[in-house]
Amino acid sequence: MATLELGLDDEVAVAPIGRKRQPGPLFWAAIAWMGFVFAAAAFGGLLPFSPTDMDMLERRAMPSALHWLGTDGLGRDELARLIQGARISLIVGLCAPVIGITIGGALGILAGYFRGRFETLVVGSMDVLLAFPPLILALAVTAYLGQSILNLTCILGVLGIPAFMRVARAATLTLARREFVIAAQALGATHPRILLRELLPNVILPLFAFFLLGVAVTIVVEGALSFLGLGVPPPVSSWGSMIGEGRESLEMAPRLAFIPAVTMFLTVLSFNLIGDTLRALTDPRQGAL
Amino acid sequence: MPGFVARRLLYLVPVLVAVSLLTFLIASLLPGDLAYVILGDQATPEKVAALRHDMGLDQPIWWRYLSWLGHVLQGDFGRSFRTGQTVLQAVAERLPVSFELMIMAEIIGVAVGVPLAIACAVRSGSAFDRFMTGTAFGMLSVPAFLAAILLIYLFAVELRWLPATGYIPFEEDPLGNLRFLVLPALTLALAEWPGIMRVLRSDMIATLQEDYIALAKAKGLKASRILFVHALKPSSLTLVTVTGINIGRLIGGAVIVETIFALPGIGRLLVGAIYTRDLVILQGVVLFVAAGFVLMNFIVDLFYAVLDPRIRHGHA
Repeated sequence: MATLELGLDDEVAVAPIGRKRQPGPLFWAAIAWMGFVFAAAAFGGLLPFSPTDMDMLERRAMPSALHWLGTDGLGRDELARLIQGARISLIVGLCAPVIGITIGGALGILAGYFRGRFETLVVGSMDVLLAFPPLILALAVTAYLGQSILNLTCILGVLGIPAFMRVARAATLTLARREFVIAAQALGATHPRILLRELLPNVILPLFAFFLLGVAVTIVVEGALSFLGLGVPPPVSSWGSMIGEGRESLEMAPRLAFIPAVTMFLTVLSFNLIGDTLRALTDPRQGAL
Repeated sequence: MPGFVARRLLYLVPVLVAVSLLTFLIASLLPGDLAYVILGDQATPEKVAALRHDMGLDQPIWWRYLSWLGHVLQGDFGRSFRTGQTVLQAVAERLPVSFELMIMAEIIGVAVGVPLAIACAVRSGSAFDRFMTGTAFGMLSVPAFLAAILLIYLFAVELRWLPATGYIPFEEDPLGNLRFLVLPALTLALAEWPGIMRVLRSDMIATLQEDYIALAKAKGLKASRILFVHALKPSSLTLVTVTGINIGRLIGGAVIVETIFALPGIGRLLVGAIYTRDLVILQGVVLFVAAGFVLMNFIVDLFYAVLDPRIRHGHA
């Protein structure tokens, strides 16, 4: 799942039959976990631990009053690094899909509304971008551009554009034929007005549901790149790089790999759960059933 | 059918040209001068200029692209300036490993995903179905590198049943080869089966509500015959499409898995080229993998058309 392609099965996957239209307790648990991670990322800096201070005498220490989650292989505080990792994951994970949803969403709505040559051009160029396995492209571009949080965010953002374009275009294609759009056209509304006032408010909901799934995928890809040592440059910690470092001491202190692993899993699962629930709730086909 | 193949082939050409152009532009426009990489940071400007001239780096960019493409079309992807190996040699050496890994992973994924999908579809809405659907959803949130760590910890560190890293060629020791590949393939398969199950399950549920299934039941056909002969093929259309899409994920996963388990496949070649800044190998491998990916999707499209006659006649 380390790709940005989740959206492609969007067109084909049918929501499991029998899904309740009311969000269940799992949904609220996911929201609670998200709130917790966001709060930790926002206020964790207030805790008196440093993510980079090394204590060579306290390497791989067990959890204690001084180090709540113990220390890593270089004697750095595990909790502080986890919180810094949460920041990185959330910054990259939220900013990259913002690039995708802005550019991809705009292209998709325009392509779905105006059709013709423009649509062919947009769909064609997106096909070229999709012709690369995403992780390969991300690896290749970071290799040339150099590792930094900004570069990483931009690359992952660009990689997400095709998927957002497809979602926006598919939604616009059906909406553009609906009565309210035709009525607006008959009333003499300008193209910008129809695009912004009639189409955008209707396309934004499925796009937002997809945005959350995009966040999950981005966090995974960022984690994979950092795990390989090709993502966020050290000494900045990321969940991926922590898992990568923890792997070295899997025999001595497996928790160094498992704590960030579980954190990452729960976060990705939460975004997936919330995104999927919202998608099921906003999917117009469900209403038709 | 020949008409359909011809049309798809015609579409393949511009996509492949665009892929080669993008690969070339990534390598040429982004910072990181090949001459500096080869000579090191301490090189004098004169030396760098001389090498740039020798390598044709001082030519206009469109000319460099065309001459590079010309070489590629003749099978010359370039040569590593570190090992002296040609890209084609390096790829040919490592391709079998990656193929073996991906095929094994796909077999495990299908072997787990398809029966589960059928079992869930038959009893859709049951406790079993809900449990498996939930598990599959959870598994989709487990990245490959996370699954790898878990499997290594379980089978290599705790139980000591399987080696954590390493590789033996199949010709030398078939059994040992499989032993080294089990964990990597399992890692990839863990990410594969939930997708297979989810897609096939929902299509199967729809198929089982068709009239001809009711007819088959009324005729008194055995349940296994109805499921595997009448229902499986029409239900597998979406699965085939998704498989095409998943190849990209599989390739990406293979890069990570090969690196973690130290398998000498294409993915490790790529990551190794990035670590050592071997830009020629990097460019060649990216082009090779992207072109292979496009061709695989083309094959999946053809297979799709074989399964569904409406597609090849253009009624879809």
